[in-house]
Amino acid sequence: MFYIYCPYCGEHREEEEFHPKGQAHIERPKNPEECSDEEWGDYLFFRDNPRGVHHEMWVHAVGCRKFFNITRHTVSYEILETYKMGEQPSITAANQTQSREAAAVSHQEGVRA
Amino acid sequence: MSQSKQQVFRLATGGRIDRTRTLSFTFNGQPYQGHPGDTLASALLANGVDIVNRSFKYSRPRGIVAAGAEEPNAIVQLGSSEAAQVPNVRATQQALFNDLTARSTNGWPNVQRDLMGLVGKLGGQFMPPGFYYKTFMAPASMWLTYEKYIRKAAGLGRSPMEDDPDSYDHFNQHCDVLVVGAGAAGLSAALAAARSGARVMVADEQEEMGGSLLESRETLNGKPADQWAAQVLEELAGCENVSLLPRTTVNGYHDHNFVTLHERRTEHLGETAPVVNGHRPVRSRMHRVRVGQVILATGAHERPLVYAGNDVPGNLLAGAVSTYIRRYGVVPGRQLVLSTSNDYGYRAALDWKEAGCEVVAIVDAREAPKGDWIDAARAQGIKIITGSAVIEAKGSNRVTGARVAKIDIDAFKVSGPVQELACDTIASSGGYSPVIHLASHTGARPTWRDDIIGFVPGLVKGVQACGGVNGTYALGDVIAEGVEAGIKAVATMGYTAQTVNIPSAERLQQGPAVALFQVPHEKPTLRGPKQFVDLQNDVTAAGIELATREGFESIEHIKRYTAMGFGTDQGKLGNINGMAIAARCLNRSIPEVGTTVFRPNYTPVTFGAIVGRHCRDLFDPERYTALHQWHVERGAEFEDVGQWKRPWYYPQKMSGKTETMHEAVARECLAVREKVGILDASTLGKIDIQGPDAREFLARIYTNKWEKLAVGKCRYGLMCKDDGMVTDDGVTSCLAENHFLMTTTTGGAAAILEWLELWHQTEWPELDVYFSSVTDHWATMTITGPEARKLLAEISDIDLDRDSFKFMDWRSGKVAGVPARVFRISFTGELTFEINVQANYAMHVWQTLFKHGEKYGLTPYGTETMHVLRAEKGFIIVGQETDGSVTPEDLGMQWCVGYDKPFSWIGKRALTRSDTKRENRKQLVGLRPKDPKVILEEGAQIVLDPKHAIPMPMVGHVTSSYYSPILDAGFALAVVKGGHQKLGETVYLPMADGQTHEAEIVSTVFYDPKGERQHV
Repeated sequence: MFYIYCPYCGEHREEEEFHPKGQAHIERPKNPEECSDEEWGDYLFFRDNPRGVHHEMWVHAVGCRKFFNITRHTVSYEILETYKMGEQPSITAANQTQSREAAAVSHQEGVRA
Repeated sequence: MSQSKQQVFRLATGGRIDRTRTLSFTFNGQPYQGHPGDTLASALLANGVDIVNRSFKYSRPRGIVAAGAEEPNAIVQLGSSEAAQVPNVRATQQALFNDLTARSTNGWPNVQRDLMGLVGKLGGQFMPPGFYYKTFMAPASMWLTYEKYIRKAAGLGRSPMEDDPDSYDHFNQHCDVLVVGAGAAGLSAALAAARSGARVMVADEQEEMGGSLLESRETLNGKPADQWAAQVLEELAGCENVSLLPRTTVNGYHDHNFVTLHERRTEHLGETAPVVNGHRPVRSRMHRVRVGQVILATGAHERPLVYAGNDVPGNLLAGAVSTYIRRYGVVPGRQLVLSTSNDYGYRAALDWKEAGCEVVAIVDAREAPKGDWIDAARAQGIKIITGSAVIEAKGSNRVTGARVAKIDIDAFKVSGPVQELACDTIASSGGYSPVIHLASHTGARPTWRDDIIGFVPGLVKGVQACGGVNGTYALGDVIAEGVEAGIKAVATMGYTAQTVNIPSAERLQQGPAVALFQVPHEKPTLRGPKQFVDLQNDVTAAGIELATREGFESIEHIKRYTAMGFGTDQGKLGNINGMAIAARCLNRSIPEVGTTVFRPNYTPVTFGAIVGRHCRDLFDPERYTALHQWHVERGAEFEDVGQWKRPWYYPQKMSGKTETMHEAVARECLAVREKVGILDASTLGKIDIQGPDAREFLARIYTNKWEKLAVGKCRYGLMCKDDGMVTDDGVTSCLAENHFLMTTTTGGAAAILEWLELWHQTEWPELDVYFSSVTDHWATMTITGPEARKLLAEISDIDLDRDSFKFMDWRSGKVAGVPARVFRISFTGELTFEINVQANYAMHVWQTLFKHGEKYGLTPYGTETMHVLRAEKGFIIVGQETDGSVTPEDLGMQWCVGYDKPFSWIGKRALTRSDTKRENRKQLVGLRPKDPKVILEEGAQIVLDPKHAIPMPMVGHVTSSYYSPILDAGFALAVVKGGHQKLGETVYLPMADGQTHEAEIVSTVFYDPKGERQHV
């Protein structure tokens, strides 16, 4: 069971308080009518399934009801950071090789090993 | 009978048992005696009980092998009554209490004379690995027949058939440091951690904390090691920041340092929790702990050697022999042969000799063993046979001898003549396997270490390992490592560690062990006598060799093909040996073969502890409306809708007879159609939406238009996901220019609120709009039927004139003297008013309605009648007519789709995808059975040609089907491919019983097709 830091509440809470909402940073096309069927289908149905760093959206469903993002390692299940809606992750698959461990511990207050 | 005669293998002195008290118990119906401090296993051994079970597959007699959680054979069923039955208890972990009643898990009619044994002997030849797969695969239809007999023969304990009298609970906790295991390493770590002031939990699965210190031959600070353990435990017990949990198994190590602990609080006292002061205390407890730092001090399990006949009762682990002698004062035999690959095994022979029994020989696989314990054995005059091993145990119900020979480990062959030594006990030691199970739960792969001939745990963040589990076995080193782990853990958690004086331990001279797993036999493995690897699952060395020959190369595949490491055992004794044999057969190294993954739970956990208080009334929350008590008193039958209890129907008693559901629903339906009915609709989800952009938000989230909905007006809305599929529906009312009240389906209320928040927070944060659930704030009473207006007029100050308060309007005013919102919307097709009042006024209003309603025939109706009435009108229920693959167009609800709205609302783009546009989509239609008495089955499949060969092409299915009292006929709603173009056509519904129903495709509106009645 995950231990999740809600960036709005500023506290760690048990996974039972949250709902996972799938891959983060999926933006709805601004002009849906201009999308081809294939583009619209990609937006609706296709998601990444990486081995390693993954950005996910969660909601603090029985807490503050806020949606936010989590950067999680899909092998170790380690949560590397959580950040508010509209913010960008500081840890990505591209940069995570540079001292992932250090980033995970020091990125934000309240993240405990 | 005197005590000594009964407990013939009990020593006169020694051990941690209380000889001043005697406990009685029965095993397989036979009475025996033991002492406080015994486990069931030590008491059985004291009484000379050799056979404790029959094996799983071959039904061979089996005896006690180990002294702890790793015991594969002594699996018993506890309980003297049906309600007290507990399956799959390891006798080695069950403390003895007075009147304990235990039975063997396997063996029929009994373990001594087992009928299945004959089958096993015959069947053994024909039961290679994969036997079940190979033999019982075909014909598939016979599997159910085979399975019944296989299960009976296999036997894995049984669950009680009566209610458990005990209670169980959960503790949710946090701690800075959790120490798993209270042996030398764990106690040292706990002490170091405790002195820093950090919050420490120490869990140990045994009856008594101390681990191997309780039976050690070694000294600490010049005193017996158990005295140091007692001293540390005393200090820990006095620390407020420390909780000591004996009899507590850490069973699962989950993500983010979430650990589950199973504490057995009364299992050592009796088969049910003994009543104290009129209360039955909690029998066992699950601690769900979020831990800062986990210290694994789980120690190591001794690994048996794999030789022929190694499963005959009388074959034990060397360490278990020492434990029984030193801890329980029991020598489990008279004449011992020890087969070892290392120095540690020698302790068993020394203990045996000191207990006054005969050590026939120590057989050491090494050519020239050197070390303090070897010298001690020589000094005792014990014969040591080097470069050799026990290659076969003789005997059937008990060991009668050991066949010993020189072996060449590298060439895997017997290299000298065989001699047979008469003995009744063979102890073996192949070294130690660190107990890495918990670390494996986290997904971390273990690392092989050649120097200790074992795997050590791979570690994730927030965990440390010390002592045996880390491959460190010398007592002094174990304690130093434990202290270091404790200091490191508290430092990580921000505490300052205090000094801990490490006690001085003897520094023993020890020689290196040799890597020996399977012992060669004169015959090749596949043709020689059975050499068991996994005793619980009856997996042999030959079975593993055969699996590799049949092409199974991955250890995970070998495991599944042979069943090695399955069951309650989880490969505690056998796994490393099995891997080593696979490695030999595949000509690879052990780390190349790798280990299988251990999974929670480490040992079986009773369902009671898993469930805790979450059973019966507390299994799931129940939600009641403000009117619930009235429904109960009226004798309503209830239906679960989500967590809500909704009245389903109200059966009436008439001349002593209670109406059937069919009768009640028919009466309720006609009352609504002809007079007036009332429904408690309070459970409908209600979401209060406010803000300057509320109207714009509604236009984006709903399929239809909202820009012109005036204050005082209501509108039905359909909600889609962005894939164009209907996900919810309901009426939304304009309360004020910036204020709307949305209703949702009862079951969808929470999910729809989250859905609204999702779009607002992630895509349209610029919209100024707020959502708040008000479901529980308002009670909703629906009065519906031709007399509804007259009834409401009697108790309301609202102008109910049909032209000023029109269909799809809402008004505020007083009802029964209480402020109310009244909505003129209809889910029945009749004249309807939905009265909403603050929930705590609801009972008053409801009762006032009944006071005035009697003369109009006011009839309460439940959800079943609601369903019939709405279906007669072709009104859909989301989740019944829809299943996530149905668009508004499939439902024929184009009237509810705002194709020309400026914003591309959720679901719009998808309605023009090729799949949503294609011909032949399933579309909602009405079905009228040709025989009006027929009520079609919901879910029944629809075909066009009932004479078509099976499988028939299926074109749709029935979504709703009822008897209509007003039409006196069955009718249904259904989805049919291209159904909107098929009005008037006949379809067929072949049923499981061979009947085929015929039905005509008709409009979805069965009653009042012009919709006049709701407008009156």
